[in-house]
Amino acid sequence: MIENLNVFAVRTLTQKEYFAPGHRSCQGCAEALAVRLVCKALGRNIIIAAATGCMEIVSSPFPFTSWKVPWFHCAFENTAAVASGIEVGLKVLMRKGRIPQKKIVTVGLAGDGGTADIGLQALSGALERGHDFIYVCTDNEAYMNTGIQRSSSTPFGASTTTSPAGKTKMGQITWKKNMAAIAAAHNIPYVATACPSYPMDLIQKVKKAADIQGAAYIHILSVCPTGWRSAPDLSIKLGRLAVETGTFPLYEVEHGRYHLNIDFPKLKPIKEYIKLQGRFRHLTEEMIEEIQTRITHDYEQLKERDRRGF
Amino acid sequence: MAKRVGMEVSIAAAEAVKQANVDVISAYPITPQTHIVEHLSEIVANGEMDAEFFCVESEHSAMSVCIGSEATGARSFTCTSAQGLALMAEMTYIASGLRLPILMIVANRTLSAPLSIWNDHSDAMMIRDCGWVQYFVENGQEVYDHVFISYRLGEDRNVLFPVIINMDGFVLSHVIEPIELIEQEKIDQFLPPYQPLYQLHPDKPITMGAFALPAIFAETKKAQEVALRSSMPKILEVWKAFGDMTGRYYQPVETYKAEDAETLLVTMGSIGETASVAIDKMREEGRSVGLVKIRLWRPFPFDELKRATLHAKQLVVIDRAISVGACGPVASEVKAALYGDDQRPSVYNFVAGISGRDVTPSDFTKMVDKAEIEIEEGRKDGYEIYGVRE
Repeated sequence: MIENLNVFAVRTLTQKEYFAPGHRSCQGCAEALAVRLVCKALGRNIIIAAATGCMEIVSSPFPFTSWKVPWFHCAFENTAAVASGIEVGLKVLMRKGRIPQKKIVTVGLAGDGGTADIGLQALSGALERGHDFIYVCTDNEAYMNTGIQRSSSTPFGASTTTSPAGKTKMGQITWKKNMAAIAAAHNIPYVATACPSYPMDLIQKVKKAADIQGAAYIHILSVCPTGWRSAPDLSIKLGRLAVETGTFPLYEVEHGRYHLNIDFPKLKPIKEYIKLQGRFRHLTEEMIEEIQTRITHDYEQLKERDRRGF
Repeated sequence: MAKRVGMEVSIAAAEAVKQANVDVISAYPITPQTHIVEHLSEIVANGEMDAEFFCVESEHSAMSVCIGSEATGARSFTCTSAQGLALMAEMTYIASGLRLPILMIVANRTLSAPLSIWNDHSDAMMIRDCGWVQYFVENGQEVYDHVFISYRLGEDRNVLFPVIINMDGFVLSHVIEPIELIEQEKIDQFLPPYQPLYQLHPDKPITMGAFALPAIFAETKKAQEVALRSSMPKILEVWKAFGDMTGRYYQPVETYKAEDAETLLVTMGSIGETASVAIDKMREEGRSVGLVKIRLWRPFPFDELKRATLHAKQLVVIDRAISVGACGPVASEVKAALYGDDQRPSVYNFVAGISGRDVTPSDFTKMVDKAEIEIEEGRKDGYEIYGVRE
């Protein structure tokens, strides 16, 4: 159902662009696409607090800007704290009548390094305090902006410049941190995963997050051809394969209740996803099998949560 | 008539934040700053103040929240000490680079290691170059007064800089002093609500915090440097206006019995009051000594310092922090200020009172004695850590 919707429904989206073209992202950057879709979903009445990273560096070389909405960048690890400040600032100024009453959505925007590693403390603090904001993590699974170094969100086996495939180690030796589960553990009203290869699903989730009172966390898988060593024209396909193989399932956690958005009677083998990416090309059959086992297990666990609801 | 009441200086600071109609308070507890945030929490919890108060999960986030809220146009406040200031150091540079007039009170405390909660200026010196307006106050009344002074100054469109009030931890923060409270109507007149030049709002979208390539960075930084230096007349103007309202006039550099003195003690912060007791005693003994107190640390008052000190034969500069491997940071600045003049006094530098060790009037006398002898014998730019047991 959702797949059919995706084929046609994107044409119904607003023609307006709030993340303007002309920015400097790489060819085939799905992160830029994700940000563009997030902006389309939210419209103009937003304020974005952005972390240092690819999306910041491609969009704001002074005196240029790609942002048609208010956009604020100050550092790497504090996006959630800055967004907290913006949210409370707006709230108190409206209460005191210094700016007109109006719904303005505060958005924190950071990559996987800025979220799962260095920004985790600030994010946890902001989620715990329950600010009314949306935190969007665009996850391209490594520090791409500084030259493809591993993060805690880099998948097992992936070769990066700091988890290289060498003679004794075969790339990243740890499993990807489950940020959505960490966010959900804060008992916030809304957590979702999304991928720009499923644009309508992504947009619906962002809109839902904006409507919800309280903190919302959206984790978006963002294919990075530069870092994943994949062909730029395969970014959308790779995003789909991530979902279809169960590597990156699309689901929501609403007030603690898990809901798997797209389920497949049979997942595609992860080999189909892995073989299109140079970062995995050193993997042996055994390692691929190990990853397959883990992915299948995690997916089954998620399906069980979906059945149980929590 | 203004009310004069006895209260702890931290409580007075919190009362001033209330009277300044601050919109957002964000802080993280650290000794000796805690009493300020505790009292502010009470004030907000009792509904005596319409503000958003957030006790966040770290000082880094405390400053980040203030940066976010100030960017929307909300008057924002935080306070910290030592390790907390070290953790938020990154953000202090960004707050000034983005020209956000936040106010921070630093209850000065020693930086670890070894861990010590007591008072000196090592925390303030760590962020000396962060681009904020920075003063060192001498007593509780100055802390209270400078909350209003700082917001009026920082928010001025010709200034737009964040401001740090450095007050000595414990020595000021935990001491009960008589404080003259100012009537609210007077404060409201002196400090109207903040009218930001730029603010984050969808009705007028702006990009704040763009990055600069080398082709534009130097120009941007020079603009900041020029702006901070040019804020000096404004600082004097705001102090004058405050003096006209309260009768308490402040100066970047203050002197005590200094005009005709051959030897001048130079201090910063609360030890100035103790030093003046030593000066009185030495004067009674017929010695030609005086005192120069630096209140404004950034922008550094080069001209005012020169006017106050150039006539002297020697300066005894007391630092409460060490630039390890160099000397005291205040002495460095004083020497730099005087170097352009051929007829300049010798500068003898003592580091004293680090980590809360008492500096008594007799200690000042001993330091003056030592410096005068050393200089007499030709060692004109001495430097030592005073009173160390060896």
